[in-house]
Amino acid sequence: MSVRMPFNLITERFGEAIEDLGLAHGVHAFTAAPELILALCRFLKEHPALQFNFLSDICGVDHYPDVPRFEAVYHLYSLPNKWRVRIKCRLGDPPQIPSVIGVWRTANWHEREAWDMYGIRFEGHPDLRRIYMWEGFEGFPQRKDFPLRGYKDKLNPFGAEGPPPSQPDLATKNIP
Amino acid sequence: MTEVTELTRPEGEALDTKEVLLNLGPQHPSTHGVLRLVLELEGEYVARVDPHIGYLHRGTEKLAESFTYTQIFPLTDRLDYLCPPSNNLAFALAVEKLLGIEAPIRAQYIRVLMAELARISGHLLITGALPLDLGAMTALLYAMREREMIMDLFEMISGARMHTSFCRVGGVREDLPDGFFVKIREFCDIFPNRIRDYERLVENNRVFLKRTQGIGVISAKDAIDLGLSGPNLRASGVDWDIRRDEPYEIYDRLDFNVITREEGDCYARWQCRVEEMRESVRIIEQCLDQMPEGPFQIDMPTIAFPVDKDKVHCSMEALIQHFDLSAYGFKVPKGEVYSAIEAPKGELGFYIISDGSEKPFRMKVRAPSFVNLQGLFGTSNAHYLADMIAVLGSLDPVMAEVDK
Repeated sequence: MSVRMPFNLITERFGEAIEDLGLAHGVHAFTAAPELILALCRFLKEHPALQFNFLSDICGVDHYPDVPRFEAVYHLYSLPNKWRVRIKCRLGDPPQIPSVIGVWRTANWHEREAWDMYGIRFEGHPDLRRIYMWEGFEGFPQRKDFPLRGYKDKLNPFGAEGPPPSQPDLATKNIP
Repeated sequence: MTEVTELTRPEGEALDTKEVLLNLGPQHPSTHGVLRLVLELEGEYVARVDPHIGYLHRGTEKLAESFTYTQIFPLTDRLDYLCPPSNNLAFALAVEKLLGIEAPIRAQYIRVLMAELARISGHLLITGALPLDLGAMTALLYAMREREMIMDLFEMISGARMHTSFCRVGGVREDLPDGFFVKIREFCDIFPNRIRDYERLVENNRVFLKRTQGIGVISAKDAIDLGLSGPNLRASGVDWDIRRDEPYEIYDRLDFNVITREEGDCYARWQCRVEEMRESVRIIEQCLDQMPEGPFQIDMPTIAFPVDKDKVHCSMEALIQHFDLSAYGFKVPKGEVYSAIEAPKGELGFYIISDGSEKPFRMKVRAPSFVNLQGLFGTSNAHYLADMIAVLGSLDPVMAEVDK
């Protein structure tokens, strides 16, 4: 990582909508407005001087009880230039952000995971199903207000007391 | 070689066809764990594949939020259980970056040594398991023999054969034991010849070649688009290795080649791994040659337990710090870090957000197997059901890591 990433290219194109958080631990971080994410990702991927062609990771974060509560974090890598960037988008409740599956196909499962764990709805995702939890599971387990042991029910006698989720439909539905 | 006749549908004749849904797994020997593939079949061809994962989901990320940083090491062991030292290393590096510290040089050498041993151990399994999936049983038995040697070395270093948990923030748990160098030199002498054996077992095996060459081809463009990393990406001709391109620990002092293949098929992925084992042996030998004397742990009583236990017995401050560290852990400054290493399966990244307390506010694991499994969508040629096994095996997912 000898050459610094020309960050001004991004600020020139997107101006006020992004805020530079600086380079730390080898990753250049900045925030972006969620509605821009698709255009921003396309720009980062396709600009000949940037070429962020590799999507490392998408992850959700819950900042409960802060407002805005949620955050979607994107880690991009540029294979030709060996730069890393982190894009952070704060999202309200219920969280919504456009899907970047049209830019990188690898976003598919990352977005499904963020939906499953945090309930972040990725608009335009063709197949936004739960990925880890079973179909019929209620709630989003990695949210800060979801108890570590889950809620008490028939199958989970050691769970926390709380709003009992409506009984999960254990008769497998739509499962071929 | 006899010609294989392609079965074609008769022209202009309307057949009464119906797509068949087939469940492969979750309990199936060739899915390498609990993976369920819902396959939509058109005759013998796979038209669509829908992997169902999560059978092994243990909520590592959620658990980590209630654990102190030192307690998380055993959790990382259980991600890719074939190579725990790599996972430990990745996590330790991330926390060290947040703390702004670096492990002593000797510790770094020990970590790299163990990570490369782990790479061999991880690759050995797939070297044997892919032929096994395709009906050649012998290779696995030989591979397991050598893997046993590595397990013995791990046991010698850490006391555990699988879940070593040997890394600590700021170093490693203990120094290398007496007699270790003799044992590992023995391994380094024997092992390259054994790699040759595996190759000889399968490289002229016509059935194995027929079932892997040209099967499950993933182009370089698709591989990047699907986020593949590690040997799976390099087998498609993309020359990227984090060890070389973003050197961490002491990798910049070591001389090794990055193995790439152009074909992008199952055989190329298998070959890449076999070749990488050779390079790993070279790295291990260099580590042994260059291994400096010195401390194996950072001298910071607030972060690492003192090496000299007598201090704790004689000094009140040391005792307090020791108690504090074991009871509450250490605080990590506010901030966030994404740190990635080249794990045997690919880019293993830890994204940690710290709120200044002893426990991470959020820990995200960028598990390579989770992403690599999406390679199932990238294979260009429609293939037979039986080839699905070869493709899956060659992508080398470890389900514990996929499901986190």
